[in-house]
Amino acid sequence: MALAKITQVSGRAVCVSGNDIDTDRIIPARFMKCVSFDGLGEFLFYDVRKNEDGSNKPHPLNESRFNGATILLSGANFGCGSSREHAPQAIQKYGFRAVIAENYAEIFFGNSTTLGMPCLCASREDIAKIAAAVQANPQLEVVLDVVAQEVRFGGQTIKTTQRESARDALINGRWDSIGELIDGKDAVAKLAKTLPYLAA
Amino acid sequence: MAKSLIQKVWDAHTVRQLANGQTQLLIGTHLIHEVTSPQAFGMLRDLKLPVAMPHRTFATVDHIVPTDQFAEPYSDPLAQAMMDALRKNCAEFGITFFDRQSGKQGVVHIVGPEQGITQPGTTIACGDSHTSTHGAFGAVAFGIGTTQIRDVLATQTMALGELKVRRIEVNGKLHPGVYAKDVILHIIRTLGVNGGTGFAYEYAGDLFDRMSMEERMTVCNMSIEGGARVGYVNPDETTFAYLQGRPYSPKGADWDAAVKRWKSFASDAGCHYDDVVKIDAATIEPTVTWGINPGQGLSVSEFIPDPAKATSVDEKSSIEEALAYMKFKPGAPIKGTKIDVAFLGSCTNGRLSDFQEVAKYMKGRKVAKGIKAIAVPGSQIVALQCAKLGIDKVLSEAGFEWREAGCSMCLAMNSDKLVGDQVSASSSNRNFKGRQGSPTGRTILMSPLMVAAAAITGTVSDVREVFAVSAN
Repeated sequence: MALAKITQVSGRAVCVSGNDIDTDRIIPARFMKCVSFDGLGEFLFYDVRKNEDGSNKPHPLNESRFNGATILLSGANFGCGSSREHAPQAIQKYGFRAVIAENYAEIFFGNSTTLGMPCLCASREDIAKIAAAVQANPQLEVVLDVVAQEVRFGGQTIKTTQRESARDALINGRWDSIGELIDGKDAVAKLAKTLPYLAA
Repeated sequence: MAKSLIQKVWDAHTVRQLANGQTQLLIGTHLIHEVTSPQAFGMLRDLKLPVAMPHRTFATVDHIVPTDQFAEPYSDPLAQAMMDALRKNCAEFGITFFDRQSGKQGVVHIVGPEQGITQPGTTIACGDSHTSTHGAFGAVAFGIGTTQIRDVLATQTMALGELKVRRIEVNGKLHPGVYAKDVILHIIRTLGVNGGTGFAYEYAGDLFDRMSMEERMTVCNMSIEGGARVGYVNPDETTFAYLQGRPYSPKGADWDAAVKRWKSFASDAGCHYDDVVKIDAATIEPTVTWGINPGQGLSVSEFIPDPAKATSVDEKSSIEEALAYMKFKPGAPIKGTKIDVAFLGSCTNGRLSDFQEVAKYMKGRKVAKGIKAIAVPGSQIVALQCAKLGIDKVLSEAGFEWREAGCSMCLAMNSDKLVGDQVSASSSNRNFKGRQGSPTGRTILMSPLMVAAAAITGTVSDVREVFAVSAN
């Protein structure tokens, strides 16, 4: 199963600031009443973006100058809470290809990586530098380099970090592990025999 | 070499190392429900793959079920569609489905233990972050996303990185009126909502030794709210006594062999921990949240934080954000905060002992006028046990609506929702913005008996003042 090698994401960026942005905020539970992930994008951050009558609240994603951004910037512990893959799916379906935040909740990070959406960590100061640059010029091209672990924008470069297993999986095109897991079939059958509770 | 439980379970379930350094881990038990599985079955069909171990896959329906309607079709067509999809997927792939007609349906984290499916020394995965609940049995239980559900359906394995282990040792006795829920709210408040990132939590110490399985489940359930991927308690006689005679528990000679095996998984004395935290049980008070994440907790006698007194910029902005949402005044006592709704239930506190404790004190008392109070058993079996003991009647007479089993207002995917900016006193696990179904709804997490006290007075109250609480 050939997967794309995700070595670099470049595009415009938008900052949704704040710490502990939870998955209920990313995609409220009522939008999970679906049997497909298609169409989740429009409900991304719904309750912080929209009033109850459907009109817009002030929110970066409602500003037309940030339309088409593909890199999402945020704060610490991004994606905490529920294990719902609907959260990274909504981010991806909305059009984002990567996230840069201070750090991530565990399950969100794993879910995103499995979707081939790099989640890089950077210091607060450095994220603020990118945010300030795109605030001043939303058209600015931001280049997120997964291999070199850095972000380049408007003549500046900041360092990023990422768990090595995720970086390896992204740049070598094995971020979706299903093929490799299937290849382990015989080893699984052998191991299963050693575990009495798995007997049919 | 001395090993911790998680190391032993990990070693016993390791298939092999993957190219990126992760481990391919065999998942012995896969629990599924209607919300996060339909897309995974879709992916499986796209790959033209069968379910690898249908006999180790168990399903129930919990998130979307209406608690005031049993007959289908449900009034919400989207809920019905999810129910139909799960039913169809289970039939097609040969998976046991504890549906509502079985009398065994309920919140997935209540059903697994109840059926004896959850066992020590095993690996469990489920597309729900509160899967950590099953760690109460000395299982290593992961909440996973939908693509990983596909992986487990297709291969009975998933790719995982190793976790560090933090031993959280709580010794001493809890004061009367202080419960397992207060213990975990206190732990999360102390270590932070992301304090557990990268860790498994091992709950230990004489407090956990004395806890019932249901209390241990309440604590393990909220491990994820502290950022820990899994939480567990080492298996002991309490664990084995709970499991004996349950439908999926081993029987006869197999039982003796299983107990021997289960015992061998407990952490060895002198094993390595990456971190150890010690807490004195006597310092824990009835605890409630005041903000928009489960780490924003206070003892019921404390005051709502003042951003002016924050010790960092981060703390200041998080207090300000929470206060703006909760519409609370800095420095005000949390006790006396007016509530609109009282919710008893969820995978955290929807078990028999939770309702038993509430019924013990609610007898002859009434829910305050104007308060909407609902009690939602965590499973049909819990409902039946409550009915046998007359607990449903006590709570109904007190003014609680006694409902059908499900997740209900914990995440409000059914019609049980807050309206506008109502304040809910809730025995559930999350107080995120909008969590209980209204984008402006406000949640205060607390123990079931604290919910009962709030229901009676109409305000956040100290159980010790409302009831003559005795030692547990």
